[in-house]
Amino acid sequence: MKNFLTTFGMMKKTLAAFALFLILATPVSAKTLRMSEGGDIAAMDPHSMTESFTIGFLNHVYEGLVKYTDELVVEPALATSWEFVEPTRIRFHLRKGVKFHNGNPFTADDVVASLLRASDDSSPVKSNIPGMASVKKIDDFTVELILSGTDPIVMNYLTNIYIMDNEWMVEHNALLPADIRKGKENFAVANSNGTGPFMLESRQPDARTVLVVNPDWWDTPKHNLTRIEFNPIASDATRIAALLSGELDFITPAPLQDINRINAANGVSVIEAPALRTIMLGMNFGEALHNSNVTDKNPLRDLRVRQALNTAINMDLIHEKVMRGKSRNSALLVAPAVPGYSAKADVRVKSDATLAKQLLAEAGYPDGFEVGFDCPNDRYVNDEEICQAITAMWARIGVKAQLTAQTKSKHFTKTLAGESDIFMVGWATLPMLDSYSVLSALLHTRGDRMGAWNPGGYSNLKIDELTDKVAVELDPDKRTAMMTEALTIARDDVAMIPLHQQPLAWGIRDGVHLKVSSDNKPRLWYVTID
Amino acid sequence: MFAFVIRRIIQSVLVMLAVAMIAFAMFRFVGDPVNSMLPENASTQERGELRAQLGLDAPVTVQFTRFVTGAAQGKFGISYRNKRPVSDLIAERLPATLELVFSAAIFALAVGVPMGVYTALHRRGFISNLLQIISLIGISVPTFVTGILLILVFSVWLNWLPSFGRGEVEQLGWWSTGFLTVSGLKSLILPAIMLGLFQVTLIMRLVRAEMLEVLRSDYVRFARARGLVNRAVNYGHALRNTLMPVITIVGLQLGSMIAFAIITETVFQWPGMGLLFIQAVSFADIPVMSAYLVLVSLFFVAINMIVDLLYFVVDPRLSVNNKASG
Repeated sequence: MKNFLTTFGMMKKTLAAFALFLILATPVSAKTLRMSEGGDIAAMDPHSMTESFTIGFLNHVYEGLVKYTDELVVEPALATSWEFVEPTRIRFHLRKGVKFHNGNPFTADDVVASLLRASDDSSPVKSNIPGMASVKKIDDFTVELILSGTDPIVMNYLTNIYIMDNEWMVEHNALLPADIRKGKENFAVANSNGTGPFMLESRQPDARTVLVVNPDWWDTPKHNLTRIEFNPIASDATRIAALLSGELDFITPAPLQDINRINAANGVSVIEAPALRTIMLGMNFGEALHNSNVTDKNPLRDLRVRQALNTAINMDLIHEKVMRGKSRNSALLVAPAVPGYSAKADVRVKSDATLAKQLLAEAGYPDGFEVGFDCPNDRYVNDEEICQAITAMWARIGVKAQLTAQTKSKHFTKTLAGESDIFMVGWATLPMLDSYSVLSALLHTRGDRMGAWNPGGYSNLKIDELTDKVAVELDPDKRTAMMTEALTIARDDVAMIPLHQQPLAWGIRDGVHLKVSSDNKPRLWYVTID
Repeated sequence: MFAFVIRRIIQSVLVMLAVAMIAFAMFRFVGDPVNSMLPENASTQERGELRAQLGLDAPVTVQFTRFVTGAAQGKFGISYRNKRPVSDLIAERLPATLELVFSAAIFALAVGVPMGVYTALHRRGFISNLLQIISLIGISVPTFVTGILLILVFSVWLNWLPSFGRGEVEQLGWWSTGFLTVSGLKSLILPAIMLGLFQVTLIMRLVRAEMLEVLRSDYVRFARARGLVNRAVNYGHALRNTLMPVITIVGLQLGSMIAFAIITETVFQWPGMGLLFIQAVSFADIPVMSAYLVLVSLFFVAINMIVDLLYFVVDPRLSVNNKASG
């Protein structure tokens, strides 16, 4: 054994010397970024899944007509410019001289085929481009997108719709997105052919996905990487151990309780930013509660009860103890980076148990009442702990919340079926990065297209009216003002109880230069390694 | 003999049907896969459509019949999460799990048998007592704790072995193997130890108990009376007789190791079937979950059947009895 170790040690030294020799000998040395996340990307097909990590990762291989910078500003990508011919007709001028990874030239046919693919009836991502009516080729480098109505945030949507190669799709019978309903495999699930800064070299699901730099990329690279190795690691402890042992350069997320440990270790540190995701509590506005001793009416329909519940929560304490000072308390349902946010409106009520008790008494519940409370325990940062803290805070004013904390797939099934009294939900407003996302999905009265995440049945005519106007208003200032107004109404009416924006923490090795994006999508085409 | 095999096969099919049935009854409690498949801003109508198209709105009995009909034709459907045929996914992951289980079993035998023999031969020695105590720890510490400790010591502190993954693998046809590369072998060490530790203790205690029993038997006493040297008696006669039940138990344990590999694979991000299953559970990926459960029950049933058949071969009394009664 000892012999073996010495031999092994010598081998290591020889290898190190050899590596050093390589670095000195080659002018442009190989720069590999080894990264890890909790879960694997769903597939290589850019139109098969809307999960934001998958979409973010695929942006290294595929690109859209436009894309976000690391400051989340929309910039030209495969389109160099665009103009509104009519409010519902956008003309895109495409970038010339772009080549797909297999060498095929990029033209208008590719844009048409890709947009049709993404918006097809069988496409899982069709709700990421809801306003598209049709798309028309004008010439080889001009395309017109026709919308079904005016859509002020169509560009935000388009950052998520990636362009694929028409000839390649035809050749491999992949003109429609991977669709499990058909019961057969799609070539684009395991293979890729994009225009992005990196190309897929190999992929073993749940084990390793390797990207190599695309030497013919149309843009001047800001990064100096030659290779990206992505290793999903589900276990937090293992992921951190692999960062500490030097097997990884970059991990996301770094769990809150381990931030200090990572910072204390040599050669690695944690970079943090407030995330876009706002954590909030939704409520049941139906005829009666599901789990309560009050059966003849629903106490939550009384504004004073909702105010009492909101006032009873001490967010400062949660910020300090549960979130270890890393969260950002919020009075609005959106983060500061989201259009519609207003610092003036973002003032939380002061936590006050006496006032809360008084409000409850005025509403006719001096001794409080029982209520069901549902939380996920593996979806948001410290979700279960937050709910436990809130349960204790409500207990002090006599509201006995029966907390059910369970895994996300079960939590959301119960919640979306409208079977919860009070439930936790987080909203990042992605992909549109706009308050309209909150207004249309969470606050608007439930209908076919609206209120998909409003299972409690909240309904406020004023908010509905503003939301419908926001959907079509093209003047950005007017639009933002209306969104702020709607969010302020929701705040005053306690339509939902906003808690905080949860923190985003990534662990990186010293010498890797990378900025945290608040949408939690690493943009590695900005990364440099010393 | 032939009738026996036929009978066992029919029983096995019934067992597997029962497993699949119980699995399907449970799937109603894992949550709605539609929520993880569609974007957050998908409308209620889109959710309903997808649910109907996947047949998830049908009663459990209908879904079960559909699954069994498909499975009988070798069709397990497409994974909701990976969007690939479930049979491909499992074929891809099977080698990883089997190599891990095989290595863990070899490790357990290579360490457990000598330890058992030693503690049986030197019953009151200091080292024997020490080994007994250590084996108690091996049986009582939860495996994920051992796994994390191994990572901490060998990856983070000593930097000798990788903390995750399978390293570089070579393809031999459809079988991917980590046995042929240095990084593949290094990656195998820690997970194999974690998975095999419990078995080491089990085998050691089994060998010790059996060995003590055999050493007391007339057979060994006569061997000693013949004047054979200790070594020949201990290893040639006693150990040989001890190993029969050990082989049976190890064979049966293989099945449970394949099942227990779930924890090891999660800790070490080992890309095997257990990891596939755990991730399928959190995504409510019903096609993968059902195929995995049926496959694992197939392993159990097959191993049991082989063990039963081996009894026939090994123990002549069984077939004699059968003839007498039949």
